[in-house]
Parts: sequence; C-alpha cells; structure tokens
Amino acid sequence: MRSIPDSQAVAMIFIMAAVTFFIRGLPFLLFSGKSKTPSYITYLGKVLPYAIIGMLVVYCLKNVSVLTTPFGLPELIAGVAIVLIHVWKRNTLLSIGGGTLFYMFLVQVIFK
Amino acid sequence: MKRKAFLSAFPHTLPVMAGYLFLGMGFGILLESNGYSFLWAFFMAIIIYAGSMQYVAIDLLASGASLIATAVMTVMIQIRHLFYGLSIIDKYKNTGKKKILLIHELTDETYSLVATTTVPEGVDKGWFYFFISILDHSYWIIGCTLGALFGSMVNFNTKGVDFVMTALFIVIFTDQWLSTKNHIPAVIGVICSLICLIFFGPDHFIIPAMLSILIILTLLQKRLDPKETKNPDEISVQKGDEIHA
Repeated sequence: MRSIPDSQAVAMIFIMAAVTFFIRGLPFLLFSGKSKTPSYITYLGKVLPYAIIGMLVVYCLKNVSVLTTPFGLPELIAGVAIVLIHVWKRNTLLSIGGGTLFYMFLVQVIFK
Repeated sequence: MKRKAFLSAFPHTLPVMAGYLFLGMGFGILLESNGYSFLWAFFMAIIIYAGSMQYVAIDLLASGASLIATAVMTVMIQIRHLFYGLSIIDKYKNTGKKKILLIHELTDETYSLVATTTVPEGVDKGWFYFFISILDHSYWIIGCTLGALFGSMVNFNTKGVDFVMTALFIVIFTDQWLSTKNHIPAVIGVICSLICLIFFGPDHFIIPAMLSILIILTLLQKRLDPKETKNPDEISVQKGDEIHA
C-alpha cells in the first residue's frame, strides 16, 4: 500500500523534522546570543503573543466557508458559546470540553 | 525543584492533553490507513512533532513528493513558528541545555501556554517550561501511536472533534483579552489575518498576515510601548536598529 520506498519516506520525515526545528530555532539563533535583548525584541515579546493567538484562531477557522451551507454557523455558534461560558465560569477545561462537545453536537445532529 | 515545577506545570497542560490525544489519534488512524504502522506514527510524532504538518506529511508520503517539494511545503506550513521564538526570547533565556528540547517542542499549543502562563513564585522557569513542553509532547506521541494501533476499532462518530484546538485558542484569546486593557495587539492579529485570508485564501494567507502584523506592530511601537519614550538610551538603540533594518 505504500507508494514510495521506505528510504525515501524516512528521508522526507527527516527533512520535515529538520526544517521545522530550524524555523522554530531561528529567532533564538539570531537574538539569544546577545547579553541584552534588543528593546525592539522585548517590545515584540510583549505585544506579539496577543496578535499571534488572534492569528491562530483565524488559522484554525481558515477552511470554514461562509458562502456555502451551513455558512460557518456551527463555528460561530460554538465560538460564541465558548467565549460566554469562559467569561462566566473562567474554567478552561469546561470551556474547551463543553465547547467541543457542543460543536460536535451541532455538526453531527443540527447541521448535518 | 523539579517536582514542584512538574506539579505546577501539569494542570496547565490538561486542555492540550485532550486536544493532542484526539488529534494525534486522528493522525495515527489516517497514517495507518495509508500503510504505515504505529512505529512510523511513533517515530514521526517524536521527531517532527507538528500537528498540521504531520497531517500534510501523510499526503506527501502518499503522493511520493520529492525531497525539495517536501522542504518547500514544510517551510510554507511551519513559517508561522518564526513568530513564536521571536516573542519568547526572554522567557527561554538562561534555560541551559534544555533550550534545544524547548525549541524542538515549540508547537502552536505549547507556545500558547508558554506565552500566556506566568511561572508561579518559587518555581524554576526552565523546568516549568520544560515540563509543559515535554508533557505536551508525550500526549502527542501517545495519541499518534494509539491512533495507528487501535484506530480502526474506533466506531463512534468523531466528526467535529478537531474543534478542540480551535476551542483552546478561543479560550486563550478570551483569557488574554480579559487580562489587559490594551486590546490593540489582539485586534491587529485578528483583523490582519482575516483580511489576508480573504485576499490570499486559506493556503497562502499566513505569510502576508505575519508580515502585516509585524509591520503594524512595529509602526505602533511608540504608542503601545510607553516605556520607550521615557528612556533616551533605549530610543537611540531603537533608532539605530531601524537604520540597520
């Protein structure tokens, strides 16, 4: 069932691992050596996480189509529910677990 | 010291445990159905350790992509990780030999925990981040391997379970929103990503999104970082950097 020789598969896996590690490590390679981190990088450390988490939310929803049925409604409803329940109870596990089960219910039962 | 760091890190990783076990199993099931046993899943989970990349890896393996195409594809999908290191340089400073492992294990989810969790008083930050990272990684390895081993026996409807990661990021986003009065960076992140998603489509939006976020945050540095204007030395350093850039 495998379409390529195992040696090629192993080589591909090593390349994916090496490139991933390189990308993750590059900023440290560039900016960690100095005894004092440049103020610009310190500034980015303060504001970038907020922007990145926002970007990751969009990234997770990137394949949701708002132009075809169900118009992204399950994601919207579940997303709003998660925010509300989290603001209310501030319990991470409840928000994530409950939100995911609610979403599964929406896509399996309501919007199937 | 290690015990204390482990005990304080563990609760933070529970949401990731749920997500990684499910997503990892999804990966294992898919990989196994393409003819690769649990040993491959285990091996890939250890050395690649990247959610979306491993799912793409299945397609690359099945289609027999060239090594160059594999490298290019990996860059395209993983480029967002450049941001992660950039924003936690100081957090990972002075973590010694552990740093190599911390870098290898810097996934979206681990990053979001590290970037948004404060190390508790009296806990060594290096070991705290180490346990967050290695716990997350172990969940992923277990999920991937179990999925490939027993995935074919699962017969309940798992449709929609991948929303668990979206839920995690929405919760972290909400926490961050409630923790600060300055919502400009969060809004910039969402708006830039949405605009780029609309213009460039789901497969090509991440690089323009990153660039636009970085440019706008850089332009707003004086406004968002009031400390900069108080210290004349820092301003000169910052101006010097701008000239070099």
